[in-house]
Formats: sequence, C-alpha cells, structure tokens
Amino acid sequence: MAGALQAATAALLSSTPLKTYGSYRLRLGSAPRSLAGRKGSFLVVRSDAGFGSGSNARTRPGKLIPNAVATKPDASSSSTSSKPGHELLLFEALREGLDEEMARDPRVCVMGEDVGHYGGSYKVTKGLADKYGDLRVLDTPIAENSFTGMGIGAAMTGLRPVVEGMNMGFLLLAFNQISNNCGMLHYTSGGQFTIPIVIRGPGGVGRQLGAEHSQRLESYFQSIPGLQMVACSTPYNAKGLMKAAIRSENSSCALRALYLLFGGGGDGAPGEHVTILTYSRMRYHVMQAAKTLVNKGYDPEVIDIRSLKPFDLYTIGNSIKKHTPRLQSAIIKEFWDYLDAPIKCLSSQDVPTPYAGTLEDCTVVQPAEIVKAVEDLCK
Amino acid sequence: MALSRLSLNTSSSSLSRLLFRPSLLSASRLFSSSDVLTIETSVPFTAHQCDPPPRTVETTPKELLGFFRDMSVMRRMEIAADSLYKSKLIRGFCHLYDGQEAVAVGMEAAITRRDAIITAYRDHCIFLGRGGSLVEAFAELMGRQGGCSKGKGGSMHFYKKDSHFYGGHGIVGAQVPLGCGIALGQKYSKDGTVTFAMYGDGAANQGQLFEALNMSALLDLPVILVCENNHYGMGTAEWRAAKSPAYYKRGDYAPGLKVDGMDAFAVKQACKFAKEHALKNGPIILEMDTYRYHGHSMSDPGSTYRTRDEISGVRQERDPIERIRKLILSHELATASELKDIEKQARKEVDEAIAQAKENPMPDPSELFTNVYVKGFGVEAFGADRKEFKAVLP
Repeated sequence: MAGALQAATAALLSSTPLKTYGSYRLRLGSAPRSLAGRKGSFLVVRSDAGFGSGSNARTRPGKLIPNAVATKPDASSSSTSSKPGHELLLFEALREGLDEEMARDPRVCVMGEDVGHYGGSYKVTKGLADKYGDLRVLDTPIAENSFTGMGIGAAMTGLRPVVEGMNMGFLLLAFNQISNNCGMLHYTSGGQFTIPIVIRGPGGVGRQLGAEHSQRLESYFQSIPGLQMVACSTPYNAKGLMKAAIRSENSSCALRALYLLFGGGGDGAPGEHVTILTYSRMRYHVMQAAKTLVNKGYDPEVIDIRSLKPFDLYTIGNSIKKHTPRLQSAIIKEFWDYLDAPIKCLSSQDVPTPYAGTLEDCTVVQPAEIVKAVEDLCK
Repeated sequence: MALSRLSLNTSSSSLSRLLFRPSLLSASRLFSSSDVLTIETSVPFTAHQCDPPPRTVETTPKELLGFFRDMSVMRRMEIAADSLYKSKLIRGFCHLYDGQEAVAVGMEAAITRRDAIITAYRDHCIFLGRGGSLVEAFAELMGRQGGCSKGKGGSMHFYKKDSHFYGGHGIVGAQVPLGCGIALGQKYSKDGTVTFAMYGDGAANQGQLFEALNMSALLDLPVILVCENNHYGMGTAEWRAAKSPAYYKRGDYAPGLKVDGMDAFAVKQACKFAKEHALKNGPIILEMDTYRYHGHSMSDPGSTYRTRDEISGVRQERDPIERIRKLILSHELATASELKDIEKQARKEVDEAIAQAKENPMPDPSELFTNVYVKGFGVEAFGADRKEFKAVLP
C-alpha cells in the first residue's frame, strides 16, 4: 500500500508537473571507491517531525517564519495557476492539491478550526471557503474530539472529509476517535463501512513553540492498525501525498512539518556505502550531512520514505534503513542477511521540547550528528 | 398505568384480515386491519423549549400486534443470549436490552430505513429492529463467520449498512459525534432523512456530547439525540453521577422532550415529532425514561446497587410487553391464548436461529488480516509465525 501511495503520488503529479525540490532518492556527489566493499550499512535518522508551515494560530500570526524560505530567492511564491513547472511553497502546494480534489469530487470537504473564513492558520485553505461555501469548508469550534468524530461519521455516509488539526498535538484529544473509529471501524464492521477520511496537520518541533506545541506523535499513530500515515517534506511530494490521501479509501493521517528549510536538490542515484532513511524535516538535515559525507569520501544514499504506515518496505528493502524502532525491527526481521552492520537509529531526545532556542536545537538531530553516526557505522 | 381510552373508527364490519398469524385468521374479529385506534400514552410529555406533541396516538391493530411480536422476539433473544453467555458460547462483554424494547420498536414505527440510527454497545435489539436477522445476531455473538460483522466485531459491534444502522460502539459517548457527522452527511446530500444518535444516562455526562450538540445546533443538522435513561450508569445511579438528571433539559438551547420509554406509543409519537422538528430546526434531545432488568452487562448481577423489589416492581407495573398485551386484550384484537402462541412462536424462532448459528463455522485464520485496509490497497501479511511477510503492491 505504501508503494501504491507512492505510485499514486507519482501518477497524480505527473499530470501537473512541478519543479522538483529534490527527488526522493538522492545521491550526492560521486565517492571514491575505497570503501567499496561495504554494502548495506544502515543509518536511521528519525525525524523530529517538524512539519508544516505557518504560524501557530494560538500566537499572533506572522510571529513565526511561515515556510522558512531562507536560502533560495526563486523559492518565493508564484501564482497558483497551474502551469507546467511552476514553483510553490509547501502550503500552496497543499492548497493546490486540496483545491483540485475538491473541484474534482463534490464529496470532498474540509473541516477544522479557522479553515474557512480565516483561511487556515497555515493558509492551506485560503480562498477555499469563498470558492466552495461554508458547508464544504467548515469552521468548527475548538472541539477536536467531536469534530474528528463528526468527520468520521460523515465519512461513513460517503463524504470524504479532510480534518485539519491546527497542530497534531491537539489531535491527542481526538485520539479515541482516530484510533477506535478511524482505524478500526472497517474491521469491526466486517468491511461494511469504509472511512475515507484524511486527518492532516502540522506537528513536531517548530520554532520555540514550547513543549505542548512541539509533540512528535508519529509513533502513537503507528500503533493504530488500519490507519495510513504519510509525511511530506517538499511541496512536490506534499501535493501528491495530499491528493493520494484524499483518494485513498482508508483513513489517512498526513503529517507535515512546522518548520521546513529549503535547499538541497539534485537527482538520485543509489549510493553504495550507507543508506540513510529519513522523512519530513530531517530530510534537510540529512542532505546537509550527506554533503559533508560526500566530501569526506562516503557514498550515502538518502531515501525520504514519506509513507510511515505502512512502511514502504519494498523500496526500503531495496535500500534499507529505518527511522523508528518499529521500522528497525521490521528491517532486522526481513533483511538481516543483507546488513553488514547494525542499524543505527537517530531520533529526537526523550524529553519535552524546551522553549529556549539552543536547548530546542539539542532535541533535534543535527547534521553533524548524522555525519558522525555514518562514520561510526562505516568504520 | 392509565388505562387507554378507546375510540374506534370502523370502515366496515367485515371480518378482519389480521396479520401474519394464520391461526388468527380463523377467528372473527370486530376490527379490520385498516382500522385506526386512538390510544393515549401513559403520561403526558414534558417539554423543554418546545411545545410537546399530543398524548393521543393513532395506531392500527396490525401495528399493535406487530409491536407485541417484535418485542417478544427481542425479549426472547436477550434471555437466550443470557443463557448462551452462561454456557460460555458468548464471551467477553454482553450488554442486554430486555426491559428497553419499547424504545427500539417505537422508534422503528416512526421512521424509515433510510433514516440512520447509531447507538452504543446495547445494540442487539436495535439491530433486529433495523431488519437484522436472528441468525446473524447470534452468529456474531458467538464469533462465527456468518455474523453481521463476520465474527470480528462481537456483541458491541453490530452494523447493518443497507438499513443505515451505524452500530454498535464500545466507547461510551463516542458514537454521538459520529451520529452528528452522519447527520452532516445527510444535510450535505439533502435527502430529507434524520439521524437518531442514542446514548445512555452515563454517557450523558461526556463532554464530546455537548461539543457535538453545539456544532449540530450551529449547523442545524438533522440529528436527534436520544438518551435512554435507565437510571444507572453501570453501577452508579443517575443522581450520583449527574448534578442535573433532567437529561432532556441539558441541551440548554436545544429543545428536549421527556418520554416514557416503556410505552412504545409514547416513543413512537416522540420520534415522529422529533423527526419533523429536526428536519426543520436542527437538533432535539429525547430522554427515554426506561429500565433494564439485567445488570449493566453479563458480568454485573445488577442487584448490588438496586433492590430486587425495585426490579420486580418495574416489571409488574411498567413492562412494555405487558402494556401492549393489556391494550390488545382490552381492545379484543386477540385472545390471551393467541398472544401466548405468538410468544411461543418467538421462542421457537429464537431457538432455531441459535441452532443455525451454532452450525456456523468459525472465521478462517486468514480473516485476521482482511478488512484492516480497504481491498485494493491492502498489504497482505501471511504467517502467524511471522516467518513470511509479503507486501502486495497493486
């Protein structure tokens, strides 16, 4: 299914080509072959899942950097009209995906806090309420448990709601609905009801948002059977994943980073020495680390796995790596023979995210750590 | 219990073609099946923020006998489930509905199968009311593959999509936002149907209920919140759990109606009224004053928090089936022995269904992995010993 999601993503995107900001498999530089004998060392870099764009709506808008477009001047926003090869910011890509799906299928609707008249706290639904009306782009009160439940109930009747959590951490309040009803209704009803709902939102570490607004919830959702989970990292895959998630008949949880950097492009070619699996925000850290590694003579292969549940073990199996302990155990189980060295997993610290900027950086895996880990592995 | 006043409209004095029981056709009757009887409910409705509907309900002999038969089948089913549980053919949780049958049949009489019903875990009789068969119910209870959820749901997860019965939910109160979401879907598609979201007096204290009611009222959703108040939230009496046990008033801005839930006609009248109201004005709360004879579930004897006298008192004075029996007898629609026959027939049906369900096989082990994801995108995993893993990519 993960492969299906990837394939669907690719198929959907090929019709409206976007300039890629880095394809999902990267090879950075050519490396000397001194380490040619080692194949299949694996390094896992766990994303702290800083996802998403825009400011947290509970603070004043504009306080945070929406879509930190620090480096590239040509990464500025363009018009949202679809022309081949146009450039978009992440939230615009999400909006485009959503808009296209809503135009295509009248059953797609959006609900969430401030998605309608306000335009979305991260501007993902800006303009959609004017276009599609207040019932299709529904402003809800601050009641995550019940509006997620209502989205699921609507999905049971055949609608395809997209529930936007202002921050994935708030969806903890709706965890019962997501776990029991989203994930399991198809099973407990013996296949009678499908729940084609998409629950999306930013989550993870942003810019000094404090502990309660910086929660990393992927492993909570991992344990829900029946749920699909994807994480986007670039506007290109964000739009594709959004469309694929809406068209999927299963409940999907689409995470995005609160804070993403741009930078790093290049095409992919498989690397020989080490495979680095990553997703979302960590992709950028990994790419920086990979540049350093290439300079030092390694040949890493970086894969942005994008689909967190179920894991795209097919692709990963072609180049193994793992983010979370769960993935690690699956890889160990399946691909043990192919591993030359133990899998190393780098993930965020087991602490609440502090407010101070320097401390917050310590909770997130930095490029230097990644480089060191690869060097350790390849020794 | 107030005696009903009878006013009779006969269109002809021809022999009745009553119902479904062949034995009754031979008897002569004063009323034909198209006659309309007017019956008064046991107590008047108490209303909050609305005008209550009238106490007088119109019905036909066919409907009366239908109520009697359906409630007898439901009662028999629950009692049979009790003994099946004690003989360990049903495991886990089993929440029985006997005593509350009037709510299920009264509601069905007022609505169509296109209207939606969603309820909590005390769902066996609602499933039957929605057209579910006894065999499917018992097979599901015993975990067989012929069950309505293929044996994978159990007592708390009965569903029937074609009759818009949305289950069957284990977590207290979680079905109410789902019910409001179903109403959102109904409003979206503008098909003139309503949703009855049922919950108990225990669930009435859940926050998500008020959240969902708030949103439904903002959007004028055609949802009716039905509180089946059997006065005990598992072992806790309502006065110990709710500061304000007037559940029909707790909607505040939403109108409410208090109904005698042991009187099938009161339920029918209230549901009809509520449906009209919800289609025009948005959500309304119905509080059904009812009672369960069993404990909360099969693991609860039901006598530690209430006296046996209380239970037998309610059974004598307010039992829903007895009420209908008295109505039928006083209007001379059938004799006492005919009614006994109906009950015997119900018992026979239930016993046959159990026998059939026992024959049903257990689900195949591969069923463990089906329906986790919707077919077509499924990842299939084989091997209970986990030696083999296959990812199937379309």
